[in-house]
Amino acid sequence: MKEHVDIDDIIERYPGKPESLIFLLQDIQAAYNYVSPEAMTLVCDHVGVPLTQAYAVATFYQSFSLEPKGEHEIRVCLGTACHLKGAGRIVSELERRLGIKAGETTKDLKYSLDTVNCLGACALAPVSVVDSDYQPNTTTPKLVKLLDKLASE
Amino acid sequence: MAQPKLAEQPNSMKIKSIEELNAFRQEILSLQDPARPTVIVCHGTGCLANGSPKVSEALRKTIAKAGFQAKVMPGIKTTGCHGFCSRGPLVIVKPYGLFYQRVKAGDAEEIVNTTLLKGEPVERLLYKDPKTKEPIALEKEIPFYKFQQRVVLRNIGKVDPMDIRDTIAAGGYQALARAMTSLTPDEVISQVEKSGLRGRGGAGFPTGRKWRSAVAAIKKKGGPVYVVCNGDEGDPGAFMDRTIMEGDPHAVLEGMIIGAYALGCHQGYIYVRAEYPIAIKHLIIAMDQARSLGLLGQNILGTGFDFDIQINRGAGAFVCGESTALFTSLEGRAGEPRPKYVRSVEEGLWGKPTVLNNVESWANVPVIIEKGADWYAGIGVPTSTGTKVFSLVGKVNNVGLVEVPMGIPLVKIIEEIGGGVPGGKPFKAVQTGGPSGGCIPYTLKDVAVDFDSLTKAGSMMGSGGMIVMDRRDCVVDVACYFLKFLEEESCGKCLPCRLGVTRMREMLDTFSKGQGSKQDLEDLMSLAQAIQDGSLCALGGSAPNPVLTTVKYFREEYLAHIEQQRCPAGVCKDLITYQIDPEKCTGCMLCARNCPQKCIQGEKKKPHRIETEKCIRCGICLDNCKFEAVQVS
Repeated sequence: MKEHVDIDDIIERYPGKPESLIFLLQDIQAAYNYVSPEAMTLVCDHVGVPLTQAYAVATFYQSFSLEPKGEHEIRVCLGTACHLKGAGRIVSELERRLGIKAGETTKDLKYSLDTVNCLGACALAPVSVVDSDYQPNTTTPKLVKLLDKLASE
Repeated sequence: MAQPKLAEQPNSMKIKSIEELNAFRQEILSLQDPARPTVIVCHGTGCLANGSPKVSEALRKTIAKAGFQAKVMPGIKTTGCHGFCSRGPLVIVKPYGLFYQRVKAGDAEEIVNTTLLKGEPVERLLYKDPKTKEPIALEKEIPFYKFQQRVVLRNIGKVDPMDIRDTIAAGGYQALARAMTSLTPDEVISQVEKSGLRGRGGAGFPTGRKWRSAVAAIKKKGGPVYVVCNGDEGDPGAFMDRTIMEGDPHAVLEGMIIGAYALGCHQGYIYVRAEYPIAIKHLIIAMDQARSLGLLGQNILGTGFDFDIQINRGAGAFVCGESTALFTSLEGRAGEPRPKYVRSVEEGLWGKPTVLNNVESWANVPVIIEKGADWYAGIGVPTSTGTKVFSLVGKVNNVGLVEVPMGIPLVKIIEEIGGGVPGGKPFKAVQTGGPSGGCIPYTLKDVAVDFDSLTKAGSMMGSGGMIVMDRRDCVVDVACYFLKFLEEESCGKCLPCRLGVTRMREMLDTFSKGQGSKQDLEDLMSLAQAIQDGSLCALGGSAPNPVLTTVKYFREEYLAHIEQQRCPAGVCKDLITYQIDPEKCTGCMLCARNCPQKCIQGEKKKPHRIETEKCIRCGICLDNCKFEAVQVS
């Protein structure tokens, strides 16, 4: 579990200028795994941009989530090298097992499944990242085993 | 024995002249003994994921335990990516140049006992030539390295990116000192112009000319001016920028400081993908160390020149690699591109003159200043000088990062450096330039790899991803893959890209289902043309390239899908069936147990059978089978 960080402390990290918006959203995303409506309002007040602009930014970039993420984050790389080596099949199987689509979180907030366009680790294709651990040469059996292990913890 | 890190030094000194830099370098070098064995462990992303931290830790412990301080004093160093990622974790023992591959923590003892104590190689860890099966002991003799020419990657794999002293010992910041003490800003630009360096981000615009027009713009409009480094390497299948930022961050900084000096700029930005946390970390450490030595920040090298750099993390948008979108993102907004009526050198970041260059371009600048424009222009071919770093991935034996002189034949990269396609068959096509590039078929294997020749072949250099495909890869599927990627990454601001790319992807989807007609193929081509002509930025403008080149070179394969409902490569889900070869099936039950449809029948130790009508072609049986008994037809 992540350590609790006070949102005011995050906001104080950057000057109250519009160009600090992305930095702040990134730090909040990193600390809380998502950007809540309350956090969004606080950030907007600080940097002096309208809420609409902050939502435009938060929905434009892939790394922001407006919904809480699961306890474990599974990211499967869909770069070209990974695609050629069957990463698409891995995503489909995970979607089936977890009962969610890529980009979603399970109802029990246990797992989030995401795809990423390229991790720049093409030599390990197909590669995935579970929490922050790289899984080189991912196969569905390997990943399923890992998920079972996480579930039993 | 690790050298003390800068932070541990009391009163960290500021270097105030080229003489002081040289004296500092001599001091570092005098503490080193070139004959002393050094164990280098690769800490590039590939090796890290394969467990290299455990290896370096085990080596460190074993060396300390052996306690041979007095006798040989082996040092251990962790460096950036050595490039040969598919063989990691990699360990190199200097001064011998011994190359060990797939090293595990358990091998530490043998490396220490055999190599460090007796000076002999550990046979079983050596690289074996896949053809002759002969072991090759030395790094420089392995074909993967032998045919490369490392200019940009010169320090990567040699220096510890987290210790500036190592970089300075290797000659880092010499070019900066030379530029600032013996060249005028104008002479620096002339050197870059004369070198013939073209932007490594993809478009290949001459870097010197860009700088020159920025100077003209500043004269006309006044300052300030900004220099920006584009480290938003979003191309799937490319990781050269990541490796440079991780393995030699000082080369990027030095290039930017030289550029700033030439342009009279005081503020720089590095825009790095958030997916590259190690690159960000190493850049931050490098900047702190450079600042503490007076190589960055105020009064650089005592010359009175001020320049500092800020790092911005990307937030996951491919289009932000496009110059105007990148500036918009730096300004804190959604990274939508804007029309380029006026070029960025005149109106870039905050509407001010801005020079944006890619990571690899900046890393080239110090070498050009240090070794001279003529030396640099002598590498490669006249219209594309210097070297280019490629990430060689896909269906190729030696996956990794390679640096070669421009103009080298494609086949030499794939066959000699890359070791060819697994199984020894010729490659089917090479996809270059990412989603903006195209596929080069085997028939054009001798094409020279430089900016102009690749463009002539219908593809492009792009950032340098090279994805090798074999006969099991379907071009319709690959084209569809790139369009799907671009469809998701399109910012949606202009209609040709927003609707056109989606429509192209839909058409390819129908082809991969065995539907569509020859007329559809013609319509697809004319739509592609319209998108190329009408899009706002390069993302849309180049989006049709994967389609155009694959149709041009592999029309037969498209027709097989449309007219015969057949996918020759056996990839497109709707056109294939899975079968089990009874000869190869051992009846291990693994496929049956994992099949989500429960459509695999058979008893233990007897050949299994797939009920085709229930099969959803998920491919799990294929992934699970250890005997290659599951076949696609």
